[in-house]
Amino acid sequence: MAKVKGAVVVDKEGCKGCGVCVNECPHEVLALHREVNSRGYHYSYMENPENCIGCINCGVVCPDTCITVYRVKV
Amino acid sequence: MELKDIIKPENLVYDKSEVQTDTIMHYCPGCSHGVVHKVIAELIGELGIQEKTVGIAPVGCAVFAYNYIDVDWQEAAHGRAPAVATGVARLNPDKFVFTYQGDGDLASIGSGEIMHACNRGENILVVFINNGIYGMTGGQMAPTTLDGMVTSTTPFGRNADLNGYPMKITELIAQLPGTSYVTRQAVHNAASVRKCKRAIKKGIQNVLDKKGTSFIEVVSTCNSGWKMTPVAANKWMEDNMFPFYPLGDLKDGVKGEPVSKN
Repeated sequence: MAKVKGAVVVDKEGCKGCGVCVNECPHEVLALHREVNSRGYHYSYMENPENCIGCINCGVVCPDTCITVYRVKV
Repeated sequence: MELKDIIKPENLVYDKSEVQTDTIMHYCPGCSHGVVHKVIAELIGELGIQEKTVGIAPVGCAVFAYNYIDVDWQEAAHGRAPAVATGVARLNPDKFVFTYQGDGDLASIGSGEIMHACNRGENILVVFINNGIYGMTGGQMAPTTLDGMVTSTTPFGRNADLNGYPMKITELIAQLPGTSYVTRQAVHNAASVRKCKRAIKKGIQNVLDKKGTSFIEVVSTCNSGWKMTPVAANKWMEDNMFPFYPLGDLKDGVKGEPVSKN
């Protein structure tokens, strides 16, 4: 079975820390960061990047369109 | 495999649509408006109709929609977006015209305009965001507020004897012969966003094929107005809004059919 690896890039300044992507991720890749961005929001980031399969669910539900997803077959 | 080996342009699978501007939206964190804006922008890009699209912005939270989607826009007076859209669509029959309205705008002050625009079967797409509350002005009761729901003007819950019953405006619209496609969708998780995208695509296609009015309700959250976190608001919507506002197609036919199938 071909394995798939994904990566999520979150626009730190665009993120408002709503946590919808964290809730939607099926592999618990994303989490809200301890630190805040310049507007005071705890932005989303890849806590467990090795689990990501690039399913784009986080990007699809993101209300602020600050998520870009990459995927590669290995 | 290192992250920098995955993050390369040739591996890109999901990115912001070019039709959407880089302006950061003024909506509260987790607001459904952002998702619906994104879906509309993606579809306009995919169908290649950016140059011929005219949006009619409402009064309400989405009043600044023209800052986020890079198409021609016209701002309408409160509730009058379908009337303005009628004028734009009749004068420019080759354009794709859509209105984007909230429940305070469409179901309350603009209920007359939407009824008659749908009854005339204007070639417009109506996107109706229903979050059961007046979000912009501080969470007052709207016609779509659920029975017993607490808002800033009904602090003990909506009382049907005093405030009337919640209004299922989409069911009313589905009875009108001018409509071709009437549906109710949601954007609370990835599956529903994809489904909503298919519904809006069908609505756009119907307008381009001059089939009559397409009406798409999106049951949404207003986590600030409901005083919940975005994730809790999505859950609350599933538990409380969906039983009263069930998702699915209400009419999928042709203009001229007198009543909906159900």
